[in-house]
Amino acid sequence: MRNIADLQEIALRVRRNIIKMVTEAKSGHVGGSFSATEIAVSLYFEEMNINKDNVKDKARDKFVLSKGHASPLLFAVLCEKGFLAESELLTFRKINSNLQGHPNMNYVDGVDMSTGSLGQGLAAAVGMALSYKIHNQDFRVYSVVGDGESQEGMIWEAAMAAAHYKLDNLLVILDQNGLQIDGDITKVMNPLPLDEKFKAFGWHVLYVDGHDLNQLLDAYAVARTIKGQPTCIIATTVKGKGVSVMENQAGWHGVAPTLEQAEAALKELV
Amino acid sequence: MAKMATREAYGKALADLIVKNENIVVLDADLSKSTKTYDAKVVCPQRHFNVGIAECDMMGIAAGLATCGNIVYASSFAMFATGRAYEIVRNSIGYTHLNVKICATHAGITLGEDGASHQSIEDLSLMRGIPGMTVIQPVDDVETTQVIHAISELNGPFYVRLGRFAVDTINAPDYKWQVGKGVVLREGKDITVFATGVLVQQALVAYDVLKAEGVEITVVNIHTIKPIDEELIVRLAKKSKVIISAEEHSKYGGLSSAIAEVLAAKCPTLMEVVALNDTFGESGTPQLLLEKYGLTSKEIIAAVKKHI
Ligand SMILES: Cc1ncc(C[n+]2csc(CCOP(=O)(O)OP(=O)(O)O)c2C)c(N)n1
Ligand SMILES: [Mg+2]
Repeated sequence: MRNIADLQEIALRVRRNIIKMVTEAKSGHVGGSFSATEIAVSLYFEEMNINKDNVKDKARDKFVLSKGHASPLLFAVLCEKGFLAESELLTFRKINSNLQGHPNMNYVDGVDMSTGSLGQGLAAAVGMALSYKIHNQDFRVYSVVGDGESQEGMIWEAAMAAAHYKLDNLLVILDQNGLQIDGDITKVMNPLPLDEKFKAFGWHVLYVDGHDLNQLLDAYAVARTIKGQPTCIIATTVKGKGVSVMENQAGWHGVAPTLEQAEAALKELV
Repeated sequence: MAKMATREAYGKALADLIVKNENIVVLDADLSKSTKTYDAKVVCPQRHFNVGIAECDMMGIAAGLATCGNIVYASSFAMFATGRAYEIVRNSIGYTHLNVKICATHAGITLGEDGASHQSIEDLSLMRGIPGMTVIQPVDDVETTQVIHAISELNGPFYVRLGRFAVDTINAPDYKWQVGKGVVLREGKDITVFATGVLVQQALVAYDVLKAEGVEITVVNIHTIKPIDEELIVRLAKKSKVIISAEEHSKYGGLSSAIAEVLAAKCPTLMEVVALNDTFGESGTPQLLLEKYGLTSKEIIAAVKKHI
């Protein structure tokens, strides 16, 4: 049974924690964390089978945050899952912390792949999905890819391989927030149309509003029925979603809020 | 003391240069505000291209532009410019000996909070290994400015290693940079420190501390790691009982290796190495990282004291 209200509550706590982490660290990526918040929350709390009992298993449902700079999101979600203490979140990006600027799979339970160098995560996800095929394991692999990240050639090499190996156990959620560091993706280096590209590479493509939890969950369910090819959900999102001054602002890609800005943001996130 | 990040000086110098020389083309890969090539874009948008998050493509495009007579400055973080795009740099820029200046910023662990995935600690090694690649790490803004202008007149591929955070200006405004020539900053007795990048400032601190204790060391800024100043290294080795190398890079393949290669062949001398000891970095502030990973004046002083 879907409990959308619960998921919304979790998403809110996640956003609040992201603000606190990045403010305390004085660095980190809020914009791209907020655009993918509903995506990550719906995956971890409804779609994926991952919990305290299986989190250390080598084979289980896995999540690869290919756009690894959204690490605050991943850590905040893992905290909600109970894999991380809330107090540890405030060590993010500080020396001697397990919570690295970009996620490290050897330091935190539930981080399934170390990422941060854009373009590489999807290929690792392909490797995981391939492993489950080879060994007849009924697990699924999920990866969130940035729209700017899709400019990396490696994304398309991985996309080709996923279709070639008929990896219907692989689901990509493309966080189409329209922005990268230097601005509008279509002005910097237009990667659109992404849906037609994935289709041409042999993928099944679905479309959602990436902040609509029902649409996301519906799409995950549809993806499970698609056989013989991988699925990509094009999620239309808003970078910085939830804090008005940050929404759709490329300038908020990787800048920490000041204490006052954080306070104002937390007032909005209620 | 004045302070400026070398990437900052790079941006200013490039903006200056691009309007003076119409053969200059600048490439970036979605980091123009961090690498500071944005300054050049502001004054000359028609010869600044942001290729998107596609470093391999950027290096290939740089090669193609250079074949047509352009002088290409291509920038990203050192991790991606030399790591991600390594083989394109090696084959399309190195093997072809094309006129591409790879000016990579955020080198080393002082990149800071982004962490190990973004901290290039092998880039000197990678670039040094490419035949015909000149490898430079300017120490401050004064030197950076000169390097950026000078290499536009020097044919062939260059790797220029630049930093993220502000460092002390140590060179006087009338300083004259010369490719391949180490700069003796302090002349002491029988212990010599060859440093590059942020370790030069640390070596100068070590000099002051040791001098107060009555020990005078020689401190050299090695801005050109390849071709390295063999003549100077041999000359100073002859009067030194120990040579100390200091760099913000892995102990494998960077400055320490370059010096050891010269010493082993021409003037065998004991060496102490201040460098990253076969370890990745991590997230943290530049200063705390330098301390944790042993890349400060303290380690240089300790190395000196082993030999007095
Ligand atoms: C290979 C590589 N090149 C450059 C970067 C620096 N970088 C970090 S985030 C980013 C922009 C990402 O844009 P997008 O994928 O759209 O992410 P989002 O908008 O979701 O934050 C860049 C260029 C990197 N991390 N990896
Ligand atoms: Mg984006």
